[in-house]
Amino acid sequence: MATQPATASTKKDSDEMVHLTSESHSRRELPDIPPDPVMELERLNVYYGSFHAVHDVNLRFGKNEITALIGPSGCGKSTVLRCLNRMNDLVSGARVEGQVNYHGTNIYGRGVDPIAVRTNIGMVFQKPNPFPKSIYDNIAYGPRVTGMGVGNMDDLVEEALRGAALWDEVKDKLKQSAYGLSGGQQQRLCIARTIATRPEVILMDEPCSALDPIATSRIEELMHSLRDDFTIIIVTHNMQQAARVSDRTAFFTARPDETTGDRTGLLVEFDRTASIFSKPADTRTEDYISGRFG
Amino acid sequence: MSVATKTARETVEIVRESGRDRDRNLASIAFLVGLWFSLFFGVMVLVVLILDTAISGSSRFDANLLTEYISRISPETSGFRAGILGTLWLMVATAVLAVPLGIAAAIWLEEFSDNTKWYNRILEVNLQNLAAVPSIVYGLLAVATMTLLGFQATGIVLGGAIALALLILPVIIITTREALRAVPQDIRQGSLALGATVWQTTWRQTLPSAIPGISTGTILGISRAIGEAAPLVVVGLAGSVRFDPTGITSVITALPQQIYSLTSQSQEEYQTAASAAIVVLLVMVLGLNALAIVIRNKFQRTW
Repeated sequence: MATQPATASTKKDSDEMVHLTSESHSRRELPDIPPDPVMELERLNVYYGSFHAVHDVNLRFGKNEITALIGPSGCGKSTVLRCLNRMNDLVSGARVEGQVNYHGTNIYGRGVDPIAVRTNIGMVFQKPNPFPKSIYDNIAYGPRVTGMGVGNMDDLVEEALRGAALWDEVKDKLKQSAYGLSGGQQQRLCIARTIATRPEVILMDEPCSALDPIATSRIEELMHSLRDDFTIIIVTHNMQQAARVSDRTAFFTARPDETTGDRTGLLVEFDRTASIFSKPADTRTEDYISGRFG
Repeated sequence: MSVATKTARETVEIVRESGRDRDRNLASIAFLVGLWFSLFFGVMVLVVLILDTAISGSSRFDANLLTEYISRISPETSGFRAGILGTLWLMVATAVLAVPLGIAAAIWLEEFSDNTKWYNRILEVNLQNLAAVPSIVYGLLAVATMTLLGFQATGIVLGGAIALALLILPVIIITTREALRAVPQDIRQGSLALGATVWQTTWRQTLPSAIPGISTGTILGISRAIGEAAPLVVVGLAGSVRFDPTGITSVITALPQQIYSLTSQSQEEYQTAASAAIVVLLVMVLGLNALAIVIRNKFQRTW
């Protein structure tokens, strides 16, 4: 997989990037908007105490698509991601307004169990966080705690590890500690652990930011193969990565409050990745992807 | 010559010529000497005390010391069988009472309670204060508890264990909380994101990872408890008992209590025996502390 220079400062450079993007996605014809969204945000506002972190976000996430959330630091993209499986519940003082619909049901609605939400919407974190257990037990943990009916745990573990392209590397050391794996392997283990619970959606919060370029490209290849079975939403700092892996891209930015100086995140533009990187509708998007800020 | 080396040399020159090395002026040297003296003084006092005790008790390092009861007829063969057994019984009973309660309280405070609530903050402040309460107060508390429970007999295992358990409860809670806090948040989030409940996350991830820290803190707490005499005096433990404990309602004595009562006797033989018993107690306490260190070093995990 070709790697683009880190900054695309001239128009020519960004044209090249667009070329690459359109090529890698030429196989997929995408409608303008996701027709049957798995998840949908309606006027999502997030507050941490009195701090307004995210303002009025409306977004649709299409089935079996990869959606990338990009934007400068502090634009609220990770906050939005954490609302999608109620991980924000764990932050004390966090408050969510608006709707986060999963197949039309608001997951913040009354009587919705966050545990059930998280078994359907899995998450992979920025830093690989395997449990201090064996590779096997890392994978088996999710199915065990959720009590999902598994025929044969050994088969499930193998299936999950194959799904995360890790099986061949670890099949002879399943009983060894997951801490013996490299960073990239640990992150693929975390992906395997997530797919073992058979979620429909996988959220990824900058999954490659702690990895070297080779490990990164393996995760990106993996994401392409996972798209057939899962809906993936990825937050990334790396625009080239968004261009390489995603079908659609949502660009967020931070707007400073005139009086308090707090930076509130908002959605600027959401479109097919090819369009975002070739003919962005908003000048802020264009400035960001051409490397003029952020 | 690189810029860095040059600058360093110039600095050294300046310091030499002007004598302005701020770590080498008179005041700081005097301060340093003061610090060394304090350390030396503290360690020396301890060494002298231990050596003096060991020397004065050395004539009694024999098997009788461990296997015999205290004897009025032949003080020179007096032993601390009852005290050692009593202390062991107290140790186990204290651990059984304090450890589950302390760990449970710490888990609730660390993993479940909302520390933005005022009542939880009051709880925390009080916990810190409890660790500083004089041990004799816990003895009084234990007497009151025993009375409420309807026990007439004083000086039994249960009474002493309640006093010591109350004494080390804050220590166990505080060290357990620290051990839980040392488990990275990543692990909890990873578990919760897979659909585990907070309870499952605590039971299957956080707690197992914190066990080395918890056991270290618990053992240190217990080693502090077995050295205590004051709360046991209040609870009514006898200075001398001439039978072995058989259960938690047995009347017992404890090693520190026996040492305390023997040192107030006039006979030379009892004084010698008390010195020897101090060494026995020290060996028990240091043994427990060594165990704590071994556990910590063996299972310590760097994240």
